[in-house]
Amino acid sequence: MIDNRPHLLHSKYDVVVAGGGPAGLGAAMAARNAGAERVLVVDREAEAGGILLQCIHSGFGLHHLGQELTGPEYAQRILEQALDDGVDVLTNAYLLDIDNDQNLKLLSVDHGVSILDTRATVLAMGARERTRAAIRIPGARPAGVFTAGAAQRLVNLNGVLPGRRVVILGSGDIGLIMARRLTLEGVEVAGVFELMPYANGLSRNIVQCLHDFDIPLHLSTTVVEIHGRDRIDKVTVAPVDDHLTPVLSKAWEVPCDTLLVSVGLIPENELSRELRLRLDPTTSGPIVSSTMETSRDGVFACGNVVHIHDLVDFVSAEAELAGGHAGRFASGVRPPHDNVRLQPGANVAYCVPHTVTTDQPHTVYLRVRKPLEKSMLRLRDSEGAVVHERRLRYVVPAEMVTLKLRPGVLEGFQGDALQVEVMPR
Amino acid sequence: MTDDETTTYAYLCIGCPLGCRLEVDEDDQGDIIEIRGSSCRKGDRYAKQEHTDPRRNVTTTVAISGGIWPRLPVKTNGEIPKDQVLEACEELRRVRVQAPVKMGDVVLDNLLGTGCAVIATRDMPAID
Repeated sequence: MIDNRPHLLHSKYDVVVAGGGPAGLGAAMAARNAGAERVLVVDREAEAGGILLQCIHSGFGLHHLGQELTGPEYAQRILEQALDDGVDVLTNAYLLDIDNDQNLKLLSVDHGVSILDTRATVLAMGARERTRAAIRIPGARPAGVFTAGAAQRLVNLNGVLPGRRVVILGSGDIGLIMARRLTLEGVEVAGVFELMPYANGLSRNIVQCLHDFDIPLHLSTTVVEIHGRDRIDKVTVAPVDDHLTPVLSKAWEVPCDTLLVSVGLIPENELSRELRLRLDPTTSGPIVSSTMETSRDGVFACGNVVHIHDLVDFVSAEAELAGGHAGRFASGVRPPHDNVRLQPGANVAYCVPHTVTTDQPHTVYLRVRKPLEKSMLRLRDSEGAVVHERRLRYVVPAEMVTLKLRPGVLEGFQGDALQVEVMPR
Repeated sequence: MTDDETTTYAYLCIGCPLGCRLEVDEDDQGDIIEIRGSSCRKGDRYAKQEHTDPRRNVTTTVAISGGIWPRLPVKTNGEIPKDQVLEACEELRRVRVQAPVKMGDVVLDNLLGTGCAVIATRDMPAID
């Protein structure tokens, strides 16, 4: 693409960003635009761009860039912008450690081990996939069991097909996208199995990835056993009851040579743990303020490392916020502390950011636990009084809810915390 | 009111998370009589389009020689008829290009006579 190696590595930076995906590149640009002089993005791959490089389908950028792009197009667009904006991008490099004084230990192919000093850090490491082990599927341990994203990388970057007859567990968007992708490459997709009674992906993907190719979607059904000596040769699937317990008397077998597991993402927080940041047990990401600052001064975070986003467009928006504040932090600007804690209430799994102010505009992202057809989002104070409410049309756990708060709407409530709930109207 | 000559086709709307279940009634002349099940006009338009002329953008990869990766991601620069998607991918499996390639470069013109070109969706530098 572009020779993006910085000619020399400085020993002092204003902002160092861990991760060169859409979150990291977006944050780095925003930091530069906020006045940070030296901004470095560190990425462990040979090319920056992150997971977008293997997401060759389109649907990216509609909100953020106003046009529909494929993943590689979006990645190239933001990488070129970042380089134009004077961001240094160091690839084949790994951030090993951050100490209390923001000294970073960096390992890179070009420079070996280096110690860098930075004024602010942005964590943008993204997420990794949950695996077969994370959901404990019993059975043999043969070859041929992949996460959907690993298969996506094999097919789209390495040009290698994972198998010839595939079963997909999980109806999240990555699983659906891979059902179509493999079909287009001449692979038979025997079916998609989903534990929940509803699909976890966008209806657009249900239609264009499954219906278009007559791929069956089995709801309330899961894989209960993996069979095969060296290579997987079949799976046992079974419907589940209302408590999500498999009904083994109704189980059946599906022959296959490959099982793709698409059962969610977990934020990749090794560095965050190293830094002893406070983490949210629901998101597994750092707890962040309205400026996307973590529990450590000068350490910011954005993108999937904080919580899992549905769309890269939301990642880019969050990155702009985090990077802008990191850039200002580096020049000594300290915004006033947040004065409102947001706590997930009825039918809300989590809210990000975890705190806000009453006098600034904020965008709060939240995820519901259960689908609701007609619902009302309410913020209640400690006495149960409704401080702010908004009608929502239709909510599902798979689609993040965005709440825009105008300055002043939270004025004058009792206490310092608000419960966020999404209940039927 | 439906009679013997009416056929009903079902579609799932992709316009928003609501995912309305749409039904299109067609008479024996192949004309649409009624569209049901949508909650907005976008749904009606979608049902009509899907029923009369469903089209898709195609994204896939082609083989590339001498590049930093062995596959080049590509897309059609417009929508092609849905029933030509699989054939289009078969056609593209026979294509091999040579690095370097720039994003937007045409890999194949007039795919299956659809008038759509297939273009690269990233730069692919040649390997050193």
